[in-house]
Amino acid sequence: MKLKVNGIDHAFDGDPDMPLLWYLRDILGQTGTKFGCGIALCGACTVHKNGEAIRSCVTPMSAVADSNIRTIEDLGANGLHPVQEAWMEVNVPQCGYCQSGQIMQAVSLLKNNPHPSDQEIDDAMAGNICRCGTYQRIRQAIKLAAGKNA
Amino acid sequence: MSPMENVSRRRFLQGIFGAGALVLAARYVPPMLRHGHSTDGQTDADRATFHPNLFVGIQQDGTVYIVAHRSEMGTTIRTSLPLVLADELDADWKRVKIDQAIGDKRYGDQNTDGSHSIRSFFDTLRQCGAAARLMLIQAAAEQWSVTVSECSTEMHTVVHKATGRRLGYGELASAAARLPVPKTEQLKLKEPSDWRYIGKGMTSVDLEDLCTGRAMYGMDARLDGMVYASIEHPPVFGGKIKSLDDQEALKVAGVRQTVQIDPFKPPCAFQPLGGVAVIADNTWAAFQGRKKLKITWDNGANESYDSVEYKKELRETAHKPGKLIRSVGDSNKEFPTGKNVVQADYYVPLLAHTPMEPMVALAEFKDGRLTAWAPTQNPQGAQAIIASEVGIPVEDVVCHVTLLGGGFGRKSKPDYIAEAAVLSKKLERPVKVVWTREDDVKFDYYNAVAAMYMKAAVDEKGKPTAWLQRSVFPPITSIFDVNAVYGDPPHLAQGWTDLPYDLPNIRIENGPAQAHVRIGWLRSVANIYHAFAIQCFTDELAHRANRDPVEYMLDLIGPARTLDFTNVEYPNYGADYKTYPWETGRLRNVIEMVAEKSGWARKKSSKGHGFGFAAHRSFLTYVATVVEVEVSNDGEIRIPRVDTAVDAGLVVNPDATRAQFEGAAVFGTSIVRSGEITAKNGVIQQSNFNDYPAARINEVPDQTNVYITESSAPPAGVGEPGVPPFVAAFCNAIFAATGKRLRDLPLSSSNLFG
Repeated sequence: MKLKVNGIDHAFDGDPDMPLLWYLRDILGQTGTKFGCGIALCGACTVHKNGEAIRSCVTPMSAVADSNIRTIEDLGANGLHPVQEAWMEVNVPQCGYCQSGQIMQAVSLLKNNPHPSDQEIDDAMAGNICRCGTYQRIRQAIKLAAGKNA
Repeated sequence: MSPMENVSRRRFLQGIFGAGALVLAARYVPPMLRHGHSTDGQTDADRATFHPNLFVGIQQDGTVYIVAHRSEMGTTIRTSLPLVLADELDADWKRVKIDQAIGDKRYGDQNTDGSHSIRSFFDTLRQCGAAARLMLIQAAAEQWSVTVSECSTEMHTVVHKATGRRLGYGELASAAARLPVPKTEQLKLKEPSDWRYIGKGMTSVDLEDLCTGRAMYGMDARLDGMVYASIEHPPVFGGKIKSLDDQEALKVAGVRQTVQIDPFKPPCAFQPLGGVAVIADNTWAAFQGRKKLKITWDNGANESYDSVEYKKELRETAHKPGKLIRSVGDSNKEFPTGKNVVQADYYVPLLAHTPMEPMVALAEFKDGRLTAWAPTQNPQGAQAIIASEVGIPVEDVVCHVTLLGGGFGRKSKPDYIAEAAVLSKKLERPVKVVWTREDDVKFDYYNAVAAMYMKAAVDEKGKPTAWLQRSVFPPITSIFDVNAVYGDPPHLAQGWTDLPYDLPNIRIENGPAQAHVRIGWLRSVANIYHAFAIQCFTDELAHRANRDPVEYMLDLIGPARTLDFTNVEYPNYGADYKTYPWETGRLRNVIEMVAEKSGWARKKSSKGHGFGFAAHRSFLTYVATVVEVEVSNDGEIRIPRVDTAVDAGLVVNPDATRAQFEGAAVFGTSIVRSGEITAKNGVIQQSNFNDYPAARINEVPDQTNVYITESSAPPAGVGEPGVPPFVAAFCNAIFAATGKRLRDLPLSSSNLFG
């Protein structure tokens, strides 16, 4: 099967049940996408498939054939994305481990809804756990990025 | 050992092992570790032209390397502590590079726990910066043939004001390197008013990496030729393998072999738990192979462990006289009886840490030496257990510290690093051990389950004339001594021995409890259950007396004074009591501050809308917290606002400190809402974020306001002290809103709302 990861074509002939997460991390060596729970409960593994946020830890390779996958590595490849800028401005991360997933989720939210309400932010981000507890700043950063028309 | 010494010896070692750097540089090493790290453990600071002490090195191009010897798990310590040195050096922060230290006893304590990194190393790092600065000034003065007193520094430059001459730090590095290192007495530290960074802070040096996926955690470490391991641990603590059938596992594509890991020899301490490792070409294959293992276990004695029964036992023990820890008044006097006696039982279950990054470690055994890369709070502890498990001297173990995807105390216990080391030795190749979330939840070192019995006899104003508190919990010391059943002084001192109330009769006791799982430190540790019981019971008494909880608490604390622990074992978080006395006046101050800032006096609780309050000193820091809750008719709880006032002495990095208290409110929210680990037949029943939930964005406080007291007192902890008062204040707010008292945590297991 073939797929595109961050704009580059790849071929994969391994176990089609292997989750995309482990393909990205172990096979491609792109470790920005994180393993947190393995069953789509924490969102640390969030990437974009054809522009939409998905949980790569439960997405088998068979489900991403011919897809366009984008990860955190590509988001700021040509200058920081406004969401990343907002994250830095608000000083969101503590340990930072969940933040790749949080940022990918937030980018997806703002793409679909450029000016989300507090409730809409909570709804969209409720699948992403931050154990350090940076939620207050995540909300603030999303609003800041929304103001910048991310 | 003084960090000022011993530099020449390291230089000598650098000469011997210098070639090692070339070998490793050819392989994949996480970028964060690339600077200066090699098998000899030398830092770029060590190798710099001018290297006056362990913590700093300056190159001729003016680059300043500062060593971060504490672990970064989200507190910004990797930035804040080097910032202290940079300030005294008068260095330009933009020209500073941070060197993450390996585990090495030359740095002194590296176990990044107990909220004491700043407290323990503030003076040392100031001195190291000041020593380097003085030597640079001396070098310039010599060059200009002027006296040292005529020279000063301005941001990375030595200046001779009289003539306007200037020399950059880089230009002076070679000359400074030839000068003797000054003695501590010769150093002149900056006046606080001259501080450039201390008290103002700086964002994390890793901030951009953390926002771009470039940050390297233990989970991201790789070496050429490494294999992946996933380990099936004995389901019951202390269990052993009876039989193993790995035939199906070996058929899984990518699985190479299985390896049995020996069970630990009690006490467990930080030894691997034992079990069966599935070795594979990638993480996924290792996980899949593991599912196909057929193992029968000899579960051992802990098979009888049942949390429901255990809770009953703890409570029964809590109702019997225990060991006297501290008393005020006549401790032999009978406790009063009658209608003015109030009593209550409190309970906090086992809690798991669940940092976002599960346990993971990479180890390579080669030529009799073991090199590990791990997200560890405790690299020297890792060296020690690796040396003993692999059977080599500690000097032959190198433990690199990656970024940690959360720690909360779990990663002070290096059992998972020892697993990687043991496997690498057996397989003679690099091995990366990856725990699943399920492994993390089921094989933690849990915060102790605890039962607290509280009793007070009150006068007509509702103020206690006699007070009894008794806690029962399996102690952390049980991992080091299987016979340990009583709380040890350092953990009893966490909010129990040091009840700050000014009452005529106080009895503080502790009862015995046998551990059936590994017990360990978790963010704020015993303070969680101790503060919960004391602060909620105090709130109960205030309400019973129809008194305002803040006013009532201040009445119980009494006048501003230093608590007297003469004849009481009170370790005070390892700090000198003269330097860090327990001052009730400082607790009163934060209480008054939070009352004012939160508008406490104006805020009246009503049905479904409540305000709760609690105050607590832990890790030498005084905190008072007000929590506002809204509770719907079906028991759904929102937390619109939290106000928390903090006196942590001198604060180096205010925004990072605020972040710790914001995070503590979220951590506390998880504890109150749903934090509960239970066992049945010795097996932990929870497995992942479905049955051990962490608070999500829609469940946490909308807004946490943190007020930091301006203080010139010596610096105290900030990572942990926010949790205990939040937990109690949250429960007190629920009572204020509903009239229902949550005495057994968590909410999700209570029948408070039917």
